[in-house]
Amino acid sequence: MTVSPEPEASTPPVTTLPAAGNGLLRWLRARWLGLDRWSLLVVGVALLLALPVLTVFVAALQPTGAVWRHLAATVLTDYVRDSMLLMLGVGAGALLIGVPAAWLTSIYEFPGRRLFEWALLLPMAIPAYIIAYTYTGLLDFAGPLQTALRQWFHWTRQDYWFPEIRSLPGAVVMLALVLYPYVYLLARAAFLDQSVAVLEVSRTLGAGPWRRFFAVSLPMARPALIAGVSLVQMEALADYGTVQYFGVGTFTTGIFRVWYGMNDSTAAAQLAALLLLFVFALLLFERLSRRRARFHHIGNRQYRPQRLPLAGPAGWLATGTCLLPLLFGFLIPAGQLTAWALRTAPRVVDGRFLQLLVNSLLLALGAALLALALAVLLGYGQRLRPRPLVRLAVWSAGLGYAVPGTVVAIGVMLPFAALDRSVDAWAREWLGLSTGLLLSGTLTALLFAYCARFLPVALHSVEAGLTRIRPSMDDAARSLGSTPRGVLWRVHIPMLRGSLLTAVLLVFVDVLKELPATLILRPFNFNTLAVRTYELASDERLADSASFALAVVLAGIGPVILLSRAIGRARPGYDPVP
Amino acid sequence: MSNPLKPSTILSAFCLLSSLLAPPVLASGEVNIYSARKEDLIKPLLDDFSRQTGIAVNLVTGKEEALLQRLQSEGANTPADMLLTTDAGRLSAARKAGVLQAVKSEALTARIPASYRDPEGYWYGLSVRARPIIYARDRVRPADLSTYENLADPKWKGRICVRSSDSVYNQSLVAGLISHQGEARTEAWAKGLVANFARPPAGGDRDQIKAVAAGECDVTLANTYYLGGMVNSSDEAEKQAAAKVAVFWPDAQTTGVHVNVSGAGITAHARNRDNAVRLLEFLAGDSAQRWYAETNNEYPVNPAIPPSATLKAWGEFKADTLNVAKLGELNATAVQVMDRAGWK
Repeated sequence: MTVSPEPEASTPPVTTLPAAGNGLLRWLRARWLGLDRWSLLVVGVALLLALPVLTVFVAALQPTGAVWRHLAATVLTDYVRDSMLLMLGVGAGALLIGVPAAWLTSIYEFPGRRLFEWALLLPMAIPAYIIAYTYTGLLDFAGPLQTALRQWFHWTRQDYWFPEIRSLPGAVVMLALVLYPYVYLLARAAFLDQSVAVLEVSRTLGAGPWRRFFAVSLPMARPALIAGVSLVQMEALADYGTVQYFGVGTFTTGIFRVWYGMNDSTAAAQLAALLLLFVFALLLFERLSRRRARFHHIGNRQYRPQRLPLAGPAGWLATGTCLLPLLFGFLIPAGQLTAWALRTAPRVVDGRFLQLLVNSLLLALGAALLALALAVLLGYGQRLRPRPLVRLAVWSAGLGYAVPGTVVAIGVMLPFAALDRSVDAWAREWLGLSTGLLLSGTLTALLFAYCARFLPVALHSVEAGLTRIRPSMDDAARSLGSTPRGVLWRVHIPMLRGSLLTAVLLVFVDVLKELPATLILRPFNFNTLAVRTYELASDERLADSASFALAVVLAGIGPVILLSRAIGRARPGYDPVP
Repeated sequence: MSNPLKPSTILSAFCLLSSLLAPPVLASGEVNIYSARKEDLIKPLLDDFSRQTGIAVNLVTGKEEALLQRLQSEGANTPADMLLTTDAGRLSAARKAGVLQAVKSEALTARIPASYRDPEGYWYGLSVRARPIIYARDRVRPADLSTYENLADPKWKGRICVRSSDSVYNQSLVAGLISHQGEARTEAWAKGLVANFARPPAGGDRDQIKAVAAGECDVTLANTYYLGGMVNSSDEAEKQAAAKVAVFWPDAQTTGVHVNVSGAGITAHARNRDNAVRLLEFLAGDSAQRWYAETNNEYPVNPAIPPSATLKAWGEFKADTLNVAKLGELNATAVQVMDRAGWK
């Protein structure tokens, strides 16, 4: 729009209102509506990615009565309570495991440190419901442990107490064991990124190791920890396989119970919307806590960091602290899977196995790259144009992570099918031919669903990286004549290498394990390792599913090792060996 | 430094990806299935069908509700010709949603008893699943067992294991009871049953059977093919557990054992309708019926086909003759009854 210097007499008064009389409108326009290309692009992409979640809200708007009265009278309070407890429990568990491990492996030298650095990430390659199945097999009443106890001591059921694995606390432990790597990963990246100088200064000022941890490092790492915990909590809220198997009634199980059992998809959508309110609160908390402080680091290259050696008992204590989560989160379940797989592989693994592996890997890679590109776009766009509308849009794109995968998948399916239908109707009317289904039931729909669901994982990582780059860098580059895009390509992306790699690999491993969206949206004759694992496991053929579960884990290990090395190298002051 | 994130690189990776992943689909002589039966439990039959007829079968497996939702949202453009489910309730829901069409076929009506198919031919049951009582041989006298209703008797206090009411098998069992004895009486029964639980409901059907074998409880409810799978398992521990339990067929004097079917219907907008009908007839045919029995220990719908040796060993039983469509209609009521009874 061009503005003429002298408004003509016929110009509508609204454009010539004096500032004093129209402050609100001007403010609104300036803050919200003055959308340039960058803002439009970011808002557009973000809203597209928020489409599945918005679909849920639209579906929730329809009236429904009887089912809600029933839920309120019977199970709703249980859903709320158990979801809260699960969320808080898993968050606390992930912090308790992840933070000490991250601190020890980034600051100290102790036996096994180099191994733990990457090995502590391994549990994230195991799907949560698989670890739940394996531990149940080991620990429940009919399992080998309790059976052995009863035989040794000649006990019967009434003679002893043993923690019930299939319970809410059991679910908390299972989920914390496979989800803590998110906290570990982000915390470790933050600890490694912290200027060595700050730690050195605090040391010379006489702060002991505990004080350095609690008074210096931990507060500085707060944004990363909160980001990690909120990812963990969202994933815990979205979990279906574990809580369903353990008979724990959360929102997620409630959604499916209402939808499948009572055949009421509207009430199910309303439960999902209620779940989203939980997530709103969670994310709001995260934003608020991040806003209060700036976390850019001053200074870039310091001398090569010296790890503080922990000798003797202290060293072994550190080794033990790192060994426990690895043992329970990976070695035991993976060992059980291996034992099963050795027995059943000859019978269940056939010529289709390779195709499953290729499908899984390519799908995960494609989704990871796509999610990364989108996350960079949104993260950088938000940095360039930090106006409320842009922030809100980006924020809403991140909600999908906390919603059960099936709900996201339905949220993708409905609008895509509607689009297909209207294109088809248009083509029939104007071109006299049917276009059929263009998007529904294609890999495009599936990749879109992965992005909608896992974007937050990539976005958290990219955002965390971006906040550590001082805005003065942008200003300097811009003043030297670089365009915003140029700054992104030539300044930020090279500096963000570690964060970007983290983002790609996290999404990769997540997609590798992803089940519900894959199950609903995939094309004909198309299977993945996760689908195959699920089909056998849900048929209660756990041992038969082990080969495929193990393949998911193995396919995820390579990226996990890469990830760890990338983070290690990204430390400021670290001189890469040529 | 060359940047790996150039849009062109991503785009070409994307194209490469889609070309590598796009499954080949034949243009003609095919039939497309949405199946809630797991691939392992249907693909061998479909392969047989393709070998015999030259018709290619394309398959997507998934959860029934999700597949139904997919059918509904795709509307007239759906590529699916057939919907296969493992539960009659979902088939009647599909009929109600208007995504199935009626099929008249002598071959089907002659083989499949009336209680196992839709009265107007919108769907046909293909295999029967029974949910009897399973008890510990060493701790329960079969004479103490009689009906499902009897499990609410206080004499079973602390002796019953059962899986969660999220399980459609339990929902459908309760729906059957509601149909026979009304909602109020069933709710009173469910409360009694919950009071007898040895532990909170959790796990799958095999887990319940193992719990009975290990002595955590004395009786449970489970579908026969799970026990059949354990009897024939490659895992020695599962075999031993299966040997410690036995099947009791309840309600022999009254309404009969609760049964459900897995079955299929032709979609309303099927493009390969004839092929789909041919496949449906094949699945109800003798060789397919025998396969259901031998491979997965389900009961054939066709009474002329004998069940597997494993199933025969458990003896004959009187099956509930209630039309299985009724189970679907009452499923929502059943869930509410279980919620009110505190059956987690």
